[in-house]
Parts: sequence; C-alpha cells; structure tokens
Amino acid sequence: MEFHQPGSWSEALQIKAAHPEATPIAGGTDVMVEINLDHRRPSEIIDLTRVRELTEWGMDDGMLRIGAGVTYTRLIDELGDRLPGLAIASRTVGSPQIRNRGTVGGNLGTASPAGDAHPPLLAADALVELASTSGSRRVPVREFFTGPKRSAMRGDELIAAFLIESAQGPQQFSKVGTRNAMVIAVCSFAIALDGGRRRVGTGIGSAGPTPIRATEAEEFMQGVLEDENLWDRQTEVGDSALTRFGELVALAARPIDDVRGTAAYRRHALAVLARRCFTWAWDEFRR
Amino acid sequence: MNIRCTVNGEAREARDVWAGESLLYVLRERFGLYGSKNACEQGECGSCSVYLDGALVCSCLVLGGQANGREVVTIEGLHGDKVQQAFVEAGAVQCGFCTPGLIVATHDLLRRVPHPTDAQIREALSGNICRCTGYAKIIDAVHMAAR
Repeated sequence: MEFHQPGSWSEALQIKAAHPEATPIAGGTDVMVEINLDHRRPSEIIDLTRVRELTEWGMDDGMLRIGAGVTYTRLIDELGDRLPGLAIASRTVGSPQIRNRGTVGGNLGTASPAGDAHPPLLAADALVELASTSGSRRVPVREFFTGPKRSAMRGDELIAAFLIESAQGPQQFSKVGTRNAMVIAVCSFAIALDGGRRRVGTGIGSAGPTPIRATEAEEFMQGVLEDENLWDRQTEVGDSALTRFGELVALAARPIDDVRGTAAYRRHALAVLARRCFTWAWDEFRR
Repeated sequence: MNIRCTVNGEAREARDVWAGESLLYVLRERFGLYGSKNACEQGECGSCSVYLDGALVCSCLVLGGQANGREVVTIEGLHGDKVQQAFVEAGAVQCGFCTPGLIVATHDLLRRVPHPTDAQIREALSGNICRCTGYAKIIDAVHMAAR
C-alpha cells in the first residue's frame, strides 16, 4: 500500500490523475473501517487532510461553496444557521468523535444510499463539484448517485466541494434507527421549503439503491399549496393532503429487506417521517 | 514509511510502518502506549479516543500517516487529571476497558461545556460504549468532575 500526502489541491489532482485507482481518505470514518477489518486493501491511498483548500468555505455566485474536507462539527458550528436541514442531519451522524473527522465530501465519495448528508443535499438541490487535472465540473446531486456506493465521479476525479443555497425557508430532517447516536439510518427523510419560489424539496435516504428525490410528492404538495393559496394564507394543510404526501414519498422509495429493517417497515416509516417533517417545516413557515 | 508526531508533549518516531496501520496501532504497538484500547476498529465504541491536534477522535479511524507532524494526547497524557480522579471516586469503573476512552471524551466535554446537563453528557458520551456499568455512575463521575 502506497501512501500519498499531497500538500496542495493541484498536487492532489496530479496524484489522482497518475493513480486513478487510488483511494482518497479524509476523516477515515469509512475508509479505515474497510482497512481495519480487511474488507479492502487499497494499493494507493491519498491523504487529503493536508489540502487546506478543502477545509474552506465561502460564497460562490450566490451559493455557499463548502470544501469537501469541512467536518460535520464545523458544518454544525459555522453553517448551522444557514443550512438548518444539513445541520440537523449532521447532528445525527455517529458521535462527537465521528463528527470531528467525518466530512460531507467523504459521504458523497462513499455514495452509500444511507449517507446522512444526502437527503438534505437532494432536498436543497445542491451541486457536487468534481475536479481533475483537466478541469472541474458541477453535477447536480440528484444526478450524482448512480447506484449503491456508485456515483458519477470518474477515476481521475476528486470531490472538491459541494454548493448549496442558504436555506430559503424552513428545512427538516428525520432519521429512524435503533438508538439516537451511532446509527446507520434504517430510513431517513429531508424536506426544504422555498417560500420565494414556492417549491417543496425532498430527499429519501436508505430506502433504495441510491438516495432518492420524491418528485411526485413534491409536485403534489406544491399543487396543494398553490391551488389553496396556502403560501399566502399560511393556514394549515389538510389531513388528506398530508396523508397523500406521505403515501407518495413512500411510493417513491425502492427499499429492500436487509439487516436493518424490512422494505415494508421502511415504506411505512417514510410515510410517517414525510408527514412529520412537512408539518414541522410548515408550522415554522406559518410562524 | 516513518511517522513522526508529538505524543503527550514528547516527540516520537515510528520507523518502517505499514501504510495501512491506524494511529491506534501505532500508539499501542509502536509506542507501547496501551491505555487507548482496541475493540471495534470501526469507530463504534470510542475505547480508542484520543486528541488529535486538540480534536477528540477515534484513533482507530486515523491512518498512521495522517498523524505525521500532528500532536496527539492519549489517556496517558491525562494522568492525574480531575476527570480520572472523579471516575475513581464515583466508582464509574467496572471491567475498565472503556474507561480510558470515556475519560478522554469527558475531558473534551468539560473543556467545551464546564457544567453539562445530563442530556449534554449523554450526547457527548454517545460514541463511548460501556457494557458493564449501565452508565449511571459514569454520569455521576462527569458531574463530580464538573464541580
């Protein structure tokens, strides 16, 4: 196993170009588990923790551009007010030890359907910035995940950053697991309301081969809010609409039976989470 | 490869390290610091908790090379600390395997939150698993250390 420790982003990209099979490591919360348990033995490793550029965030054309190496702890502390949905999800990641090391860049790189950051990124229409020595490109997160632990990233690319708008309205996230910490989601759900564009964004986690947007549920709820003029009236959403929203979210999922739960349970729980998250967010919007 | 880092204020060096070794392995097997415990090797149990450049981390999830040039503080570096004493006095130890990790994690909590509530303690120690005590006396010990 060869260990590379680039001191800059350009050096990291050159190493990745020369060794497309190399495994990048940042917080190590996924990669080290595989190495320690001998599930995988990468031939080349690129340590990205010396690349200062990856730990920075700032504004980029009206969006927040957040370096792939920003930890969950920093996201919560420094960006929790601007990205409440992602911050709620970040607080459910592992434990303090894991949040001090783990990064959204790493979550995207692993591309697990259960990654906690993915549903809020989907709900807020985030972009993933991929880079190589031949340039960089920004991929909508809804096109980024291509299968279980598979993504649109090429072998010569690294994840530079993700881009996300500051919240345009209330955001929520909820996750089902066997305890309140150190849990891989049985299923999870994120919602983002955008009062200006009158949009409802959603993201489903851990209930399909990839994280999923519940497009029909979004369109249904946008229709209800528009038809009944609820964005302006700011009154309650009717019970039947809430129930239908939950059903459509459950229908968008493509869960399987596995060690963490059954497909039927996941669908049921998602309908509950969707209704609950929407109600929390809508109540906040009306306040 | 060689790893040079500062451990508990002392410059240390490990030679001919396999690139896949974790910081935990380096601490225990190269430096003879057996306080940090090796249990789950996947960040689930917190028994290997140390400070890396001042941040509480699971040393099993840090690749040895990532600690190059960094500052590590292990349970040995907290010898005689008030948290250690509180764990003794409260009887927060049974088999003792999880205790080093819990003391480091408690030390980190009290730096950030000098007088934590029960809920804050539970959250801060949620990544440290104890299979003996049922946690009641551990929480007592944290309150005792915070006094």
